[in-house]
Amino acid sequence: MSPTMAAARAGALRGRIELRQTFTNPQDLWNYLFPTVAFLVVLFFMKGAAVPGTNFNLGSRTLPSLLGMNVAFTGLVTLMMSLALEREDGTLLRAKAIPNGMLGYLVGKLVLVSGMLLASMVIILVPSSMMLSGLALTSPTAWLTLLWVMALGLVATLPLGAIFGSLFSNPRNAGVIMMPVMGLVAISGIFYPIASFPVWLQGIAQVFPIYWLGLGMRSAMLPDELAAVEIGESWRHLEMVGVLGAWAIAGLVVAPIVLRRMARRESGSSVAQRREKAMQRVT
Amino acid sequence: MAVVDEADAPAREVRLAEEDVVLEVKDLRMRYGTTDVLTGVNFVARPGEVVALLGPNGAGKTTTIEILEGFRMRSAGEVAVLGVDPAHGDENWRARLGVVLQSWRDHGRWRVRELLEHLGLYYAPYSTDRIRRPWDVDELVEAVGLTPHAYKKINKLSGGQRRRLDVAIGIVGRPELLFLDEPTAGFDPEARREFHDLVHRLADEETTILLTTHDLDEAEKLADRILILVGGTIIADGSADALARRMSTEAEVKWTIDGQRFVHSTLDATGFVRELFGKYDTAIADLEVRRASLEDVYMAMVHEFESGRADAAIREFEEVTR
Repeated sequence: MSPTMAAARAGALRGRIELRQTFTNPQDLWNYLFPTVAFLVVLFFMKGAAVPGTNFNLGSRTLPSLLGMNVAFTGLVTLMMSLALEREDGTLLRAKAIPNGMLGYLVGKLVLVSGMLLASMVIILVPSSMMLSGLALTSPTAWLTLLWVMALGLVATLPLGAIFGSLFSNPRNAGVIMMPVMGLVAISGIFYPIASFPVWLQGIAQVFPIYWLGLGMRSAMLPDELAAVEIGESWRHLEMVGVLGAWAIAGLVVAPIVLRRMARRESGSSVAQRREKAMQRVT
Repeated sequence: MAVVDEADAPAREVRLAEEDVVLEVKDLRMRYGTTDVLTGVNFVARPGEVVALLGPNGAGKTTTIEILEGFRMRSAGEVAVLGVDPAHGDENWRARLGVVLQSWRDHGRWRVRELLEHLGLYYAPYSTDRIRRPWDVDELVEAVGLTPHAYKKINKLSGGQRRRLDVAIGIVGRPELLFLDEPTAGFDPEARREFHDLVHRLADEETTILLTTHDLDEAEKLADRILILVGGTIIADGSADALARRMSTEAEVKWTIDGQRFVHSTLDATGFVRELFGKYDTAIADLEVRRASLEDVYMAMVHEFESGRADAAIREFEEVTR
């Protein structure tokens, strides 16, 4: 077996071990369950509300949008936070000190994040879909759409997570990226259709992946009549692939450069420095 | 006979340079901005040798080690680690090195044996007939004394146990060259003793070891050769004994006569004791001769260097003001 192949397989195993660890850790379990709890609360307040211009349950429209947002969050935030944290605590330096360790580390992270996304999707989808009416998740094509949108969403957002995770040397500063992301969620039609928003705001939302992931998930899980309330009265799969694909390509070009630059700078003394800083914060 | 010697000599030298040197550093320099941290470091290490790098804080020990590990770019000079320039070392080269890093809280949720077994996977393709890689995980856990904790979560280990795990991670790939940066910081005396045994065992298996430490007693026990790095350059290179002889530091002689204690410092301990017996003979009891320890030698050398530098600075100042 070639060394790179061995490292890739070790990385896949690493991802599975770390995924298993997330199921036995209270903090991680809460992170899995929190979106579901939050959504059920939102759903409670949406009771009786309908998608404007239709008599379709607004809650049932929100569920797929939220799943779309969840893809973006998992891809971007989970990877970003763990890169920033594991750079601080020296995990990355260890990876650098072993042959092909960086490759194994990245493969491990991809497996871990994909696994966490699948788990969180199931955790949100199962209880919610039982409480909601009007979802069209019975056909195989619906599930197929759900899966490819999810995969494309990960490819578009994971490199962004890697880039941001490499740029912040202090994991506590990585939180600043959450502010603009929350802003984007607000204008991306996750909780309410954006057809009624000003055109310039719609324009901004359509540059970023969150809107398209919400749309993609709606196209998978809602009856086709609901496309009528979207921009252009269509699910716009072609445009979606275009925008997400563009983010993916841009990310995949930039991420290796940023990752390599970040990895090159790691050394025992840089980790020791960050450790000292972190210790000072604690005391 | 002499003719044969002469013919052999140059060939031997070439062989030394190509095969028998694991580590070769020539005129290594490092500058951060306008500060020179390393101003010309020179040394070599041969297979199976344990070399200790000593020096005060800020002398450039960590910088030197990080350059050799390939984690830091140098400003100038020639460096060959296992025959490769670490600035251009590939994964094949990386697989032959071991680096013991100071851990903090990484891999906290992993279990000891699980992590060692996992990290070993990366080394398996680099196994050769001569060196079987990786180290068998149970043997490795045993070798670092972590068998009772093999299935413990890493964040539940004590500081000393974590440090042993760091060492285990450093040697899991059976390195030909091992870097140890302050390996026994935070060890209790028993753990320290066990660690020293492990280092001796590694050295017996032809692992070359470069270590830094602040514990001079440890350096004296472990190292075949000691390098003292002060002010960005190596000011001494030799065995602990050789360094002691070079510094001709004083030995301390203690004895008692009729229950009264005496202490005397002398350069010529043997001569002094001979004289002592000549004078008092059987009245002498509790005789003790303590040669200069590495610590004394180290202190003397660092002090000499620093006062030398101060003198040079004064001379320079006088020249400028003249």
